[in-house]
Amino acid sequence: MEVKKKANGTFMFILMIILSAIFLFPIFIVFMNSFKTKFSIMGSPFKFPTSETFAGFENYISGIKSAGIGGAFIRSLFITVFSVLIIALLCSMTAWYLVRVKNRFTKAIYSAFVFSMIVPFQMVMYTMTYVITKIRFNDPVGIIFVYLGFGAGLSVFMLSGFIKSVPLDLEEAAEIDGCSPVQIFFKVVLPIMKPTVITVTILNAMWIWNDYLLPYLILGTQNKTLPVAIQIAMQGAYGSVNWGGFMAMLVLAIIPIIIFYLFSQKYIIEGVIAGAVKG
Amino acid sequence: MKKYFPLFVLPTLIAFTAAFVIPFIMGIYLSFNRFTTVENAKWTGFDNYVRAFGSSDFMNALGFTVLFTIVSVVTVNIFAFLIAMALTKALRGTNIFRTIFFMPNLIGGIVLGYIWNLIINGVLAYFGVDISYSAKYGFWGLVILTNWQLIGYMMVIYIAGLQNIPKDLNEAAEIDGATSGQILRHVTVPMLMPSITICTFLTLTNSFKLFDQNLALTAGAPARKTSMLALDIYNTFYGRAGWQGVGQAKAVIFFVIVALIAFAQLRFTGSKEVES
Repeated sequence: MEVKKKANGTFMFILMIILSAIFLFPIFIVFMNSFKTKFSIMGSPFKFPTSETFAGFENYISGIKSAGIGGAFIRSLFITVFSVLIIALLCSMTAWYLVRVKNRFTKAIYSAFVFSMIVPFQMVMYTMTYVITKIRFNDPVGIIFVYLGFGAGLSVFMLSGFIKSVPLDLEEAAEIDGCSPVQIFFKVVLPIMKPTVITVTILNAMWIWNDYLLPYLILGTQNKTLPVAIQIAMQGAYGSVNWGGFMAMLVLAIIPIIIFYLFSQKYIIEGVIAGAVKG
Repeated sequence: MKKYFPLFVLPTLIAFTAAFVIPFIMGIYLSFNRFTTVENAKWTGFDNYVRAFGSSDFMNALGFTVLFTIVSVVTVNIFAFLIAMALTKALRGTNIFRTIFFMPNLIGGIVLGYIWNLIINGVLAYFGVDISYSAKYGFWGLVILTNWQLIGYMMVIYIAGLQNIPKDLNEAAEIDGATSGQILRHVTVPMLMPSITICTFLTLTNSFKLFDQNLALTAGAPARKTSMLALDIYNTFYGRAGWQGVGQAKAVIFFVIVALIAFAQLRFTGSKEVES
């Protein structure tokens, strides 16, 4: 029995190693091809680079130069960072107010937030683009406001879910001590909410960094984010794709996520589970 | 505290109203109009809906999406469950495996689509074709991509569920002489029902609403045969002048289906989170 169990364990271990290799294979292939010359990629992506097809960092240089990847990278980073910070701050404030002040009006607002979570983006994309363009929020700063509007549903929902479980005692004590609601929120409530705020921030960061259609519709090709730049490099080229530069773009889009993931894996996995269970 | 409404709620509410509430109401209204820009809308009643249901592209997209969703839900959940079972059996290096399997989930849809575009076309090149050769290739390409993306995600939820099953239950069953097959059927699966429900609905909505991956992997080729609903709606809006109204009607239909799925999920899980 013991021997059988051990043999089983070894078998499973080997199986998992093979599976891991299969899971990592696509990323490895892209990585490898980003170092090959542009004509040796399509049609033979599985061949290792030889002395003839090895391109060094040439693809990265040409990708950054021709497709404006550097600008897109910085723009994506700017939009993601400021959007998640503003969503985290404003939505925790909103969630706290909606939970603590109960009346018909706040209940209706809360229901509207929850409702928005089930509406697919295609339902509002055309009219939203119209409204946002009309009020001239269609630039890299204005889009942060749009992300606040779209992120509010899930964020307020998750944050209120947490606040409901926090007892009132602390806040009441602070009130007796003469704190204003603003002080209570920043000194008492926000610190308690920190774990949920981190979860919400991670979920929003993954979404906004990877989002394609919304920035494409709002910012167009002028102010492209990374996913938009990738899509345009492919679809806009009509057959004359610079495959080497394209592979380099894919690698540049993946690397920040993987680094972010390796450093905050615990929070990300916990956050994703929490988001799944609630959303 | 009431007078703090402008500070605490108003900024979020204004953004939400501009980005969601107004566009949503406009969207419903415009689905009954013929228009090329929002300003020249003319009321046409249910005409757009009739044209939407009469569109072979839309019906084809609906069929493709439903079939794809069914296949993805089944395959993703079976694989995720099996891997989760293996990883909870106190294997060496469990954490590293978990890290690896989860990783594809973090990569964005557009990038995912092009990664698999490269690989699938690389394989098909040995047979002298590419992914746009047949809708079958696109279909299975999307299934493989979705499996790669979602297995790790669902696996993590299954692992959490499996770890919540009290050990005594398994031990009691073992002492009573239950085989591992019986334990799986009568202990593990029933205890895991909440996770199974969550994962089923997550895969369901994720697959049903797929857009980025579809756009990057096949873009509907060949001849829009691999367009899913979201992509078909997009193409109707932006690819055909004068069809914006039909696009909006399709979007409303799409929304109704997604809402029904969400409603079914609520009934199924008996969620206590969402109170009136």
